[in-house]
Amino acid sequence: MAIGKVGGADYEPHGAGGDALLQRPAGYAGIASWLTTVDHKRLGILYILTSFMFMGFASIEAFLIRLQLLSPNNTLLSPDVYNQMFTMHGVTMVFLAIMPLGIGFANYMVPLQIGARDLAFPRLNAFGYWAYLAGGLFLYTSFFLGGAPDVGWFAYAPLTSLSNNPGLGTDFYMIGLFVGGIGTLVTAMNLIVTIVNMRAPGMTMMRVPVFTWLMLVTSFLIIFAFPPLTIALFQVIMDRSFGTLFYVPEAGAMPILWQHLFWIFGHPEVYIIILPAFGVISEIIPTFSRKPLFGYPVIILSGIFIGFMGFAVWTHHMFTTGLGPVVNTAFALTSFVIGIPTGVKVFNWLGTMWGGKIVFTTSMLYAVAFLVTFTLGGVTGIMLAVPPFDAQAQDSYFVVAHFHFVMGGGALLSFFAALFYWFPKMTGRMISERLGKISFWLLVPGFYVIFFPQHFLGLMGMPRRTQTYVEGIGLEIWNQVSTFGTFIMGAGMLLLAFAVLSAFRNGRPAGNDPWDGRTLEWSTTSPPPYYDFDRQPVVNDRDAHWVQKYPESVHGERVPESASLPYDAGGIHIPGASWYPFLAAVAMLPMSYGLLYNNWWVLGISLLGIVLATYGWALEGVGGKHIHIDHGGADHGRHREETDA
Amino acid sequence: MSETIAPTATHGAAVLSARSTKLPDVKLMMWVFLASDCMFFGTLIGTYLVYNGRSLVGPGPLDVLDIPLTTVSTFVLLMSSFLMVLALHSLRQNDISKFRLWTFGVAFFGAIFLGFQIYEFRHFVELGMTLQGNLFGTTFYVLTGTHGVHVTIGVLWLLSILVHSYIHPWTSKDEVYLEVAGLYWHFVDIVWIVIFTVVYLVEFV
Repeated sequence: MAIGKVGGADYEPHGAGGDALLQRPAGYAGIASWLTTVDHKRLGILYILTSFMFMGFASIEAFLIRLQLLSPNNTLLSPDVYNQMFTMHGVTMVFLAIMPLGIGFANYMVPLQIGARDLAFPRLNAFGYWAYLAGGLFLYTSFFLGGAPDVGWFAYAPLTSLSNNPGLGTDFYMIGLFVGGIGTLVTAMNLIVTIVNMRAPGMTMMRVPVFTWLMLVTSFLIIFAFPPLTIALFQVIMDRSFGTLFYVPEAGAMPILWQHLFWIFGHPEVYIIILPAFGVISEIIPTFSRKPLFGYPVIILSGIFIGFMGFAVWTHHMFTTGLGPVVNTAFALTSFVIGIPTGVKVFNWLGTMWGGKIVFTTSMLYAVAFLVTFTLGGVTGIMLAVPPFDAQAQDSYFVVAHFHFVMGGGALLSFFAALFYWFPKMTGRMISERLGKISFWLLVPGFYVIFFPQHFLGLMGMPRRTQTYVEGIGLEIWNQVSTFGTFIMGAGMLLLAFAVLSAFRNGRPAGNDPWDGRTLEWSTTSPPPYYDFDRQPVVNDRDAHWVQKYPESVHGERVPESASLPYDAGGIHIPGASWYPFLAAVAMLPMSYGLLYNNWWVLGISLLGIVLATYGWALEGVGGKHIHIDHGGADHGRHREETDA
Repeated sequence: MSETIAPTATHGAAVLSARSTKLPDVKLMMWVFLASDCMFFGTLIGTYLVYNGRSLVGPGPLDVLDIPLTTVSTFVLLMSSFLMVLALHSLRQNDISKFRLWTFGVAFFGAIFLGFQIYEFRHFVELGMTLQGNLFGTTFYVLTGTHGVHVTIGVLWLLSILVHSYIHPWTSKDEVYLEVAGLYWHFVDIVWIVIFTVVYLVEFV
């Protein structure tokens, strides 16, 4: 059953694959098999590795920012370079590191958690990944082509107009996010169809694991929040490349429109980042507390409520723009309201831990650190939702501290928890708990040393995004403490990276279910075979795998129903690998450069290439093969009626 | 435990019964895409409305818009939706020649609409309304242009279906692929009704 067994000779595509223009690679080895893969597990790993690569870039940028702020009147970074650093740090962390990390874990885990073979549209999934990578790499080439974006991660108009910002940096920002955003959009659509339509027999919506549930909410947020951003980016691209007037005040345009469009996207984006983190935490805390999740329906419903309310709070980012007391009051109230379901979730997690037999693995440590840190960030969030307070703290380091507590301490710590939790499933090997715990005790305290003093700096009046500060106004000490913290946290991150990388080779074998897990991904092997499950899982309860292992804990003496069925006579369908998603996404690179340099030939030819790749994609068909797992005398007939029921 | 690998025939019907909602993935996907597309057009229409009347120089909507002309093109687009319904009905009845006829009709009517739009754009430019001239020009061309791109994609899609139906003869089993194109087409049509109302008609109230 090893992966390598599926060699080229066995591979017989059906559909139009046989006479395809581009030969579809077979087998699971070699570079081509990765470039053309449509396997959700491989794409998930690619997403996660790429996210960590970009996180490395962003960490270097952050480190340079902190070094610059180490002492007053420092000249390590010029103001221009400093602007590029904080812009690229923010853009990278939000769009290229944390959000794709959530999508990467979803890619790997959602099909496994719902007992599906893959996402609904495997090739589209591949396209989503390559578009994300193309957008990210395009953005990073700006460093070599005249300078990175320097307009802040939310790139307010009219700072982005051609007259105010003639360099190419802003174009890199607009086009790069546009391309990456397309990838995110199609992946979210794919996840929605998958979760709605491909659940295992018996898995009703209220039996869906929480991570998958919250990915569904996240995906809905993406499909509704990314279009306003995409259009806003498109408008600025039009302004800069074609001379339109969307954000030209001299022509009567209102630059504040950008702020509205950006934050109509930007606030849901906050939840797009944090809801998968909530999902991860809702998996890890029950597993390591040896208890079912406390208040599963409440967690789900409050997640949905957060999803709705996420679209109703955007102007709290704009309290100081002069929208008037009525608007400010209304959005202050909605911002308070959105704190309620979030607080409810925190109590759900505490209630899950209460009375549980808690096992403090590294993963659980990170989850607990998440609880504390995220709650602190939430508290400062409620403070900032009060317009008079916001007027004082706006654009200060208090805001910087706030969103690093929720994004870094919230989302990022929970994804580190997820990494330790799911790494054994993905690779079949354990990350060293010893190294993991040492890295935890460096990383999390380091985080607090960096960001906690920034609350003080903000309240003392230090503005964000300012390259330096003068001496003698009391800002030195906390800036030095904060910079000192980067060394501790950096050491923790390097150790964590070392622990993970060495675990690929030297980690001890994990077995199928190292944590005594609760959900279906733990019922298959580690790593799962390329076809995911030998038999179609059947779900009779929440925590499907747990119920199967310990029926007495849920059903008393009752004998559990079977948890799986043989796949039907057609076998398991494995979709064929394909070059077209990769080519269509790669063609967006010359398209982007054509748009960047206003070279219409390059732009036109790349667009034509995308159209051709789309036709190739459509005409080659799903392709692939069907495999049959021989169970050797399994009772094939017995459960067949249950599928039809 | 061992595995054997065998190519098998199509699996469309079998897959459908295994789906949680019993609906084809492609159909759900189209609904999800259209939900998202609502936000794309919503943002563009919102931008248009926010900037409506804020142009510092002319020409304005009343100077260039020609309601009778655009009413004709709107009517053509609406009728194409009617033909879309007929095409899908014919395919379901396995009446392939009618299916091809109506599908061609939809694409043809869509192309007529595009012809009107090209004429309209050229005419407006002659009247001095350009993409870079004032906010009305900027927002009008980008909004209606985005809609025009949607129609163009729809026309190409339907023509591709038409050609494909000769290469790999279509039967009623393929109806979902036409239905999905139809959902897209009807949506683009509905968006035009909104644009026609908001951009054209309301100006003359």
